[in-house]
Amino acid sequence: MRLEPKPAPTLAVTLLYPVAAVAATVVIASLLVLIAGANPFSVFGLVLKGAAGSQFALMETLTRATPLVFTGLAVAVAFRAKLWNIGAEAQLYAGAILTVVLGTGALPLPAIILLPLMAIFAALAGAMLLLGPAVLKVRFGVDEVVTTLLLNFVMILFVSMLLEGVLKDPTGLGWPQSQKLIAEARLPRIVTGRRLHCGFVLALLSAIAVWIVMKKTTLGYEMRAVGHNPEAARFSGMPVNRILLKTALISGGLAALGGFSEVAGLKGNLTLDLSPGFGYSGIVVAMLAMLNPLGVIVAAIFVAGIFVGADAMSRTAGVPSYIANVMVATALLTMVTAIMLTRYQVRWR
Amino acid sequence: MTVLRLSSITKRFGPLVANDAISLDLARGEVVALLGENGAGKTTLMNILFGHYVADEGTVEAFGKELPPGDPRAALDAGIGMVHQHFTLADNMTVLENIALGTEPLFAPRFRREAARQKIRKLSADFGLEVHPDSLVSALTVGERQRVEILKALYRDARILILDEPTAVLTPLETDALFATLRKLVAEGLSIIFISHKLNEVMAISDRVIVLRAGKVAGERRTADTDRKALAALMVGQDLVSPPVAPAVTGPALLVMEHVSTPRRGTGIALSDVTLSLHSGEITGVAGVSGNGQAALAGLLSGLETPQSGSMTVQGHGPDGWSPVAALEAGIARIPEDRHAVGAIADMSVMENVISERYRTPRFSKHGFMDWKAARNFAEEIIRDYDVKCPGPDARIRLLSGGNMQKLILGRALDPEPVIILANQPTRGLDVGAIAYVHGRLLEARARGAAVLLISEDLDEILTLADRIVVISGGRLSAPSARGERTVRELGELMAGHAEAAHAP
Repeated sequence: MRLEPKPAPTLAVTLLYPVAAVAATVVIASLLVLIAGANPFSVFGLVLKGAAGSQFALMETLTRATPLVFTGLAVAVAFRAKLWNIGAEAQLYAGAILTVVLGTGALPLPAIILLPLMAIFAALAGAMLLLGPAVLKVRFGVDEVVTTLLLNFVMILFVSMLLEGVLKDPTGLGWPQSQKLIAEARLPRIVTGRRLHCGFVLALLSAIAVWIVMKKTTLGYEMRAVGHNPEAARFSGMPVNRILLKTALISGGLAALGGFSEVAGLKGNLTLDLSPGFGYSGIVVAMLAMLNPLGVIVAAIFVAGIFVGADAMSRTAGVPSYIANVMVATALLTMVTAIMLTRYQVRWR
Repeated sequence: MTVLRLSSITKRFGPLVANDAISLDLARGEVVALLGENGAGKTTLMNILFGHYVADEGTVEAFGKELPPGDPRAALDAGIGMVHQHFTLADNMTVLENIALGTEPLFAPRFRREAARQKIRKLSADFGLEVHPDSLVSALTVGERQRVEILKALYRDARILILDEPTAVLTPLETDALFATLRKLVAEGLSIIFISHKLNEVMAISDRVIVLRAGKVAGERRTADTDRKALAALMVGQDLVSPPVAPAVTGPALLVMEHVSTPRRGTGIALSDVTLSLHSGEITGVAGVSGNGQAALAGLLSGLETPQSGSMTVQGHGPDGWSPVAALEAGIARIPEDRHAVGAIADMSVMENVISERYRTPRFSKHGFMDWKAARNFAEEIIRDYDVKCPGPDARIRLLSGGNMQKLILGRALDPEPVIILANQPTRGLDVGAIAYVHGRLLEARARGAAVLLISEDLDEILTLADRIVVISGGRLSAPSARGERTVRELGELMAGHAEAAHAP
């Protein structure tokens, strides 16, 4: 087997790749469903119904998609500039910490001022958290994959420490959880009685903003140039290191907004299970979207739908909901394969 | 006796036909030159022969036996050896280890180091390939590394040797030595395919020339029955007119370097105590063998490198905060050596590439927002004015041929009418037509009063274009000489690092 480069595909073909990747994922997951002793057609039918079969299901899916849009955007922005941010999970928690610190009564302000303030400080916390690895990268050539990945574990332990210590809810019966946010610090629901909150709107606006930055601004142009060819970018007079640092700030900030949105919009307090791996799923989302900020919205809803649908399915079909994790992980692999196939022709002999 | 036969090889990459029914025979003890512009299909053909690519149609036969397609091992076993343009040696290993690598089990107890050393010694002596078996490859010169590559092939008992642009990195003297080696090999009955686009070398070494053009065999000649002009015409499919060079109208010095040294970077050669001035209306040629400080000199003018000591003034201003942006603002246009890695961002569009040096100016962006419409218009202007053949401003620059990519880079650099132009290897790897175009543009810039610094490893190019010639060797510059003042031989000696008493300051 060998790989040969091939000319760039047309837009239509390019759009086909994520579809093909998802189809391949479903086929592979079907095998696992068969092993689990169920009928793939009914299982995927149930997944679809659970994800989008009712207004309630759809709203649950969008709620679940909200943090994934943020982490997906964070990864997409960073990967565009070839800054391999694997630490969206940690940045999300950094945002969540700032949200609880400011939102549990420390600042007695009306919601209209308090919420933006919390969002800004949350974003700054995430930005600062990624700035460290980025500085190490441009200064000393330290591999950011390692540093950002390891910071995830550091951050989880740090949150654990806070929840057992200064942030511990005195009325929490000993559970490691923070105090509840005050009412002014809660993001309003979009529809009363449903869990979908304004964080989703913020996510959509962020995606559009990121799209504008990438497409229309000099910074977006610089980020793409640096991602494609840092040497040529430097030769052209672009401040490559500064661009990478700016990218880190934006990426970290976006992931942290995900933490803000989850705490202020959904959970109301900080616990250790705030994120079931949103940071890592963000990588899948970004890859499925082929790093396109608007594509991130679609990909996030798709990935969220798998999780929400699989939960509902497992209750009726008896196939474990872990099939969702398998599918998301498989989707990443098939998508990476598909992207490679857009660039190379495989020759068998 | 035919030792190698390629029969109607066809290879397509998508819509591009890289090789179109190419046939080639090689006899025992023969040197066949494969001549053609870049993109003519020479390298693709050799990659098929060597099993790196699989041909869509056609067969490869060595010593009467058909080679299984796509199997480099089979090609090696059949006695085919290839010396690539870019060497494939492990720097941190010795010559002996490199040669044995992939041939013998390196760390097995049965690897007989002494026997291997003897064999290498004998091959070196027999064919004039002098190199010490126990030297580290990192300590060798480029010429010596090439010898190691040839030894590697001979060690594996190659009977057919393919050399891909072997002289690109050699001094004239080293080239002569290489040719002497090749003649000895041929006398021993080896057969050689010599890939090149340098006509004089093809004339000097080959018995037969096969000219490729656009993936097809454009013609085949016995070297004795043809001449450079006829071959050049075959290569490009038309007669060539080299631009007439008008006498220089030398103006004031626009860029002056005095005793400039640059910091060492890794294994690269830094500039040491370089004094040079570039004058308006004049082309200054820097001749030299690759890797003698050209990169540092180009880096200095590009703004990527800053002087460690000495002074540099550009139009009277010192290089405070010297950077690529400062260089551009000082009116220096840069044509980089490696257009793929440095000159262009391959996966971005023509439009995005032509504005890369000026996207911050009000013409192309306002308040941090790009004006893509202006960029598109500019790209269309460059495509038209510089005769770039491409589908349009949105085409990815990766899809352009080397010549068209270079025209685009030329357009980007020359459009602002720069006063100083750095042209580093501006025609390397280009076809004859594109070379003439680039030369014409540089002469045009000279005529309007620009100061041009032309760095080239192609001595012919320097001799044709340069009004003043300096030779770079080991990071030092020779004293300048006017057009025609030094002979090729004298220049060659300077390139080889022999100091010159008469010209020493």
